[in-house]
Parts: sequence; C-alpha cells; structure tokens
Amino acid sequence: MFAATPLNRRSDRNQSVAKAVFGLMTVVLVIPVLLIIGTLVVKGAPAISWEFLFTAPRNNMTAGGIFPALVGTIWLVVVALLASVPVGVAAALYLSEYAPDNLLTRAINLAIVNLAGVPSIVHALFGFGAFVLFFNMGQSILAASLTLAVMTLPVVIVATRESLQAVPHAFREACWNMGATRWQTIRKVVLPNSISGILTGVILEVSRTSGETAPIMFTGATAFLAFLPESVFDQTMAMSYHLYYIATQATADVPEELTYGVALVLIAIVLMMNAVSIAFRVYLRGLKKW
Amino acid sequence: MVDGSPALDGSGALGGSPALDVAAAPATVNAGTGPLYGEPPIIEVRDLTIAYDGQPALRDISLDIFRHEIFGIIGPANSGKTSFLRALNRMDGFNPGMDVRGSIRLNGKDVNDWRNVYALRSRIGVVFPLPVGLPLTVYDNVAFSPRLRGIRKKVDLDEVVERCLTRAALWDEVKDRLDSLGSLLSGGQQQRLTIARALSQEPELLLLDEFSIAVDPVTTMRIEDVLRELRSELTIVLVTNLVQQARRLADRTAFFLMGEMLDIGVTEDLFEGKVTDERTTGYIEGRYG
Ligand SMILES: Nc1ncnc2c1ncn2[C@@H]1O[C@H](COP(=O)(O)OP(=O)(O)OP(=O)(O)O)[C@@H](O)[C@H]1O
Ligand SMILES: [Mg+2]
Repeated sequence: MFAATPLNRRSDRNQSVAKAVFGLMTVVLVIPVLLIIGTLVVKGAPAISWEFLFTAPRNNMTAGGIFPALVGTIWLVVVALLASVPVGVAAALYLSEYAPDNLLTRAINLAIVNLAGVPSIVHALFGFGAFVLFFNMGQSILAASLTLAVMTLPVVIVATRESLQAVPHAFREACWNMGATRWQTIRKVVLPNSISGILTGVILEVSRTSGETAPIMFTGATAFLAFLPESVFDQTMAMSYHLYYIATQATADVPEELTYGVALVLIAIVLMMNAVSIAFRVYLRGLKKW
Repeated sequence: MVDGSPALDGSGALGGSPALDVAAAPATVNAGTGPLYGEPPIIEVRDLTIAYDGQPALRDISLDIFRHEIFGIIGPANSGKTSFLRALNRMDGFNPGMDVRGSIRLNGKDVNDWRNVYALRSRIGVVFPLPVGLPLTVYDNVAFSPRLRGIRKKVDLDEVVERCLTRAALWDEVKDRLDSLGSLLSGGQQQRLTIARALSQEPELLLLDEFSIAVDPVTTMRIEDVLRELRSELTIVLVTNLVQQARRLADRTAFFLMGEMLDIGVTEDLFEGKVTDERTTGYIEGRYG
C-alpha cells in the first residue's frame, strides 16, 4: 500500500551509513579510555589495601601508603571550594540576573570563558607570584587552594550561569509582574530550580581540582611530609603531586605497582566524583519542574 | 488640562481631551457596581508611543479607562495590544529594547513617577496568553503574592488561596492536589492558575491578554461570569481575539490596527456600526484581519 520509492530507499541507505560512521567514531573514542582504566586496574589493584590507603609512605616512598596525600588532597579541594563557590555563584548571579546586557557585560563574559582556557601552568605561576610571594602566604594549603580556586572559578561561573539560564525567563517575568523584586524572584524561584545544576557544576569542579598538579606544585604541595597538615598555613602532600613525584622525581626505585596504585586511587576519586555528578544530573531530570 | 478632573459635560466629552474621547465616556453615570464614568479615570493614557529597537509598535494612543469598567481591546495580530498592556505595568523595565513615550497615569500619578515600581506592579494583575505555572506547588503559586505582602499566617493564606482558585474556576479540580507542581498542570489549568495568581494580588487593575486562548469554552464562560462579578471590585482591561468575548464583557471597546487606535466607544455602539472608521466594522464582521 505504502510502497517505498527509490528516494525512500536511498535515504534509508544514507541513514545506515551515517549511523555506522558515527558508531565507529564512538568506538574509537571509547578504546583509549578502556585501555587506560584497564591498565591501571590490572597493574594497580594489587597495591591497594587498607594499609596502602591509611598509612604514610615509608623508605623514601618506595613502600607504605598514601594517607597524607589523600588527606592533603581533601584539604586542598575543600579550601578551594570554600573560596571559589561563593565568589563564583555570586558573580554568576550578578552576570545572569542583574547585569544589563551591554558591551561591558559581554566583555566580562568573554573574559571568563577565556580564563577557563588559560593553561594551568600559567595559573600556577600567577598563584606563586600573587599568593605565595605578594600576599606573603608562603607555600601553604591556603596559597595552593586559592590558586586552584582562581583556576576553577570560570568553571563554577559558567556552570552556574548555565543552570540559571536554564530556568525559563517567563518564570521571572511572572514573578516580577506580581511585584517581586529581582532578589525575591531569585530566592523563591530561580535558585531553587537551578541549585541542583549548580551543585553538579561544583562536583565536576571538585573532580578537576583533585587531579591538578601544576597549580599546586609551586604553591603548597610538598613531596613528603610524615605528618598531616594542621592548618591552612601548612604545606601538604597531595595525590596528584605525589604521583608526579614518585613517577618522575624520586631518586630511589619506586615499585611500579605502587605508582599504578596511586594513579588508580586518583582516577577512582575523579571517576567517583563524576559518577556522583552524573547521578545528580539524572536525579535532577526526574525533578524537572516544567 | 489632562491633569484636571475630567468631569463629563453634557455631550460626554472630556474637556480638552482628544476627539476620540467623545465616544470614550458615555454620559450614563452608573451607581453601584457599574463603571464610574463620572469620577476621575483610573488610567489616563496620553500620546502613548511604543517602539521596539526603533520599530514602532504603537503610535499616539490617548484614552481613559474608568474605575469598575471592563475595557476591551480588539484588533488583529501585530496591532500593539500586548505592547499596550506591557506599558501599563512598566514591563519595559524588563526589556531594554522597548521604548515607551508619552504618559500613562495610574490614579492620576505617572507610572514613571512611582518610586517603587514593585508596589506599582503588585497593584496590577496581569495574565498573558501563554500560561505560566511557576515551578512551585499550586498552593505556593497562589500564595506567592500574599506572602510578598507579608501575609504569613496559614489560615489567612489558606483563605486567599481557596478564594482565588475558586474565582478562577480551578478550585474543584485542584483542591485535592494543592501540593502538586503548578507547572505540571494542563495548559488550561495553568492558565486559570495564572488568573488565580493575578487575583491573589488583590489588584486594582487586572490586565487580561487573550486569557481564554488555552481554556476550553465551558470554563471560559465560567471565568467570564467571574470577571463580570469582579467588576464591582476592580477595573479590567481585556485584550481579546474573540470579538464576541469583547461584546459579552466589555463596557467600552477600542479597536487597534497596526499600532493605531482607529476606534473607541461603547461596545454595543461599535457592534451596531456606530464607528468612526469603517475598518472597525470590517474587523468585527470578520471581513478584515
Ligand atoms: N519583546 C519584543 N521585542 C521586539 N519587538 C516586539 C516585542 N514585543 C512585540 N514586538 C513587536 O511589536 C509589534 C506589536 O506586537 P504586540 O505583541 O503588541 O501585538 P498584539 O496586538 O498583541 O498581537 P497579537 O494579537 O498577535 O498578540 C509587533 O510588530 C511585534 O513584532
Ligand atoms: Mg498579543
């Protein structure tokens, strides 16, 4: 009854070809990811144990665990978040909800996007000059975290701005029309409906922050510390820097298994953060209110 | 002279006002719930011109709207009806491209002179053609404005919510699901929720822009009945694409076309052909637009 015309058949064929090509590209993309994770698991898993996670390195880091580095990474990430999230969210709120749409605002938005593209080594040197030397913080968790915060600020701002702008404009106008001020509108309608998106951005930021090496190596990370940091003015070990150090800088022979173990834990942290963020996103889609 | 009390003289013309106003204010001065043509108008619009990014959308509109009146505005698409409503509520503040000239007085005071624009907007309820259920519960949608006014007590809020939802002909459908999300109601229900929200402001002035576009005919009739009752409490500006709706509801009606007001007068007069511009009759009879 509805016989396929030659045109139909040709579109059909094109469609299959397109699908195959895109599918192939996806496979090409997935292979390296699987290879990396597979290698890490195979070679690093034997090193993982409670002792590995919860003791300090021994024998010039050729034995023992990673506990101080794990704790140090948590310090760095938490302090960086405390600095970047309030500033980033406030800036995004201003840019998206208050700032007039003029040349200056656009220039600032452009600058933020560009800031996200600055290589981390540049941030590292900036942080060293600004926080360690100029503000006289010395090499410390504070200096390192602030450097990380500056580096991740654009991520927070962009993620926040996007989740704010995902809230339909009509909701704002409806509130304004009832005589609500901008702040009342933000507090009662805009923020409650973008907070999960903002949190997703923050979690992604955490996963990025925890893996960065360059920004902390001059500003607060140290190769070895037998004790845990006690305040933000202490130096600290960190997972990423620890990995860099035992893989390339250590004088003694570090067992390969240990290096892979550190890498595996680091990537597990990052993947776990990402998984949380994805779970959040899925949960959020379920909550979608319009 | 527009500042003076526009008391009606024998012919029904406002002293010194544009000729259009001759038809604008009928000589009948109703006591009770009808329009108060004998008193100063609630809205005086003079030489209102609106442009978007330099493109004119409305030109040189002058008209008065009186208390307790339902004022209809009809006209084909793109004639500037929505723009007119937006200007009344100072919505140009949301839209940098929108340029409003001329003067609009609410209760004798220029809307631009209201130092607190939020207070101005809170006294004007608006309903636009596309319903907007806020992503809050049905209850919180309607309690939004009362809470802005500082009403906190649950009993008081409950009372406002029930009254407004009932008036918007929505109460029976949602009374068991006040806690579900307003933005997930059906389109027609959201429209009535929007109306309930506008009423919850206890506005002096209600601006309705094609409110029935998403509402079924039976419910539309119920809402129209409510609007007739509401006239005793407030003033309504009703923009409608349904000329028969204007005829059913409006005391006076203006006809807008391509940004100009071609006619204004007592609704029945317009529908009986007492028009200043032939195109009005053309539009009413469906030959135009
Ligand atoms: N936000 C806006 N930005 C730019 N131009 C606009 C905007 N709103 C309206 N206009 C323009 O103003 C003119 C009048 O539009 P308006 O919405 O007032 O017409 P309308 O009479 O309400 O039409 P309809 O019956 O279709 O709702 C149109 O040319 C429209 O393109
Ligand atoms: Mg319109």
